[in-house]
Amino acid sequence: MSKVISVLNQARFHGIADVTELGVQGMISLRGDLSSARLKTAARTATGATVPEPHRVTISDQGGLCWMAPDELLVLVPYAEVSTRLTKLQDALAKDHALAVDVSDARAVFQLGGPHAREVLAKLSPVDLSARAFTPGMLRRTRLAQVAAAFWMTQDEAFRIVCFRSVAQYVFDLLSIAAQDGSEVDAL
Amino acid sequence: MLILECPYCGVLADETELTPGGEAHLKRFGPGSSDEAFHGYLFERENPRGVHFERWRHSYGCGKWFHAARATDTLEVFGTYSAQVFDPPEEIRKKITAKRPGWTWKDLS
Repeated sequence: MSKVISVLNQARFHGIADVTELGVQGMISLRGDLSSARLKTAARTATGATVPEPHRVTISDQGGLCWMAPDELLVLVPYAEVSTRLTKLQDALAKDHALAVDVSDARAVFQLGGPHAREVLAKLSPVDLSARAFTPGMLRRTRLAQVAAAFWMTQDEAFRIVCFRSVAQYVFDLLSIAAQDGSEVDAL
Repeated sequence: MLILECPYCGVLADETELTPGGEAHLKRFGPGSSDEAFHGYLFERENPRGVHFERWRHSYGCGKWFHAARATDTLEVFGTYSAQVFDPPEEIRKKITAKRPGWTWKDLS
């Protein structure tokens, strides 16, 4: 079988912040009643992470859960294990009004790190990214310039950004231009 | 800049994160209704200077539709509320009355 590569094949940019396309990431979009005990158990079994509070993520060593909407989670799992974990998730929720779909190949994931990561992202989205307002573990689903994206902050104050695969090059270019050398704003 | 609080996810969403959905609380007239009623449903809209009720969608965020009560002349927002209602809730009407005594909108006041 041919080797799977991600849309930008782990492209990198170094400026006032570091932008990296992270390669393939298993992602399952899960919609349903997030307060249901069965859904909570199924999501925890699939990822080892507990269902997060609104606008937060929980990450475990086998995956993670991102709160995307009052009835939607993004389930993060290793790329190679998507189909087995998706089947388990669908079986566990067979009797519920819920939907689980593999979206791994429809998304791109970026890492944005470095001391100016907050202000690079603040240039592109209508979100308060000051250290007071946006802390590790928080997630926001919003827009980056003209396209939809979601991002969350990891424990080391870097960002993970998820966008549609079809706009991956656009988002990479946006982040690279916002992070070019000499473009510090120092407003945050 | 208009900033509306999404009643579903609680985000204070900037106008650029939202999609406008036009006038709120329309009553649909479909097949079987008179031509006048159907014309009214399709084309007749309020265009007030002052209190107005609108539908918005948090399209770049949680994706939910909701209602907003605001003033078109000052961009003041009186409140946002669930999409699953036919009329503005009492709490929103009280807030508007407190700020704009004597307001009217269609048959509401």
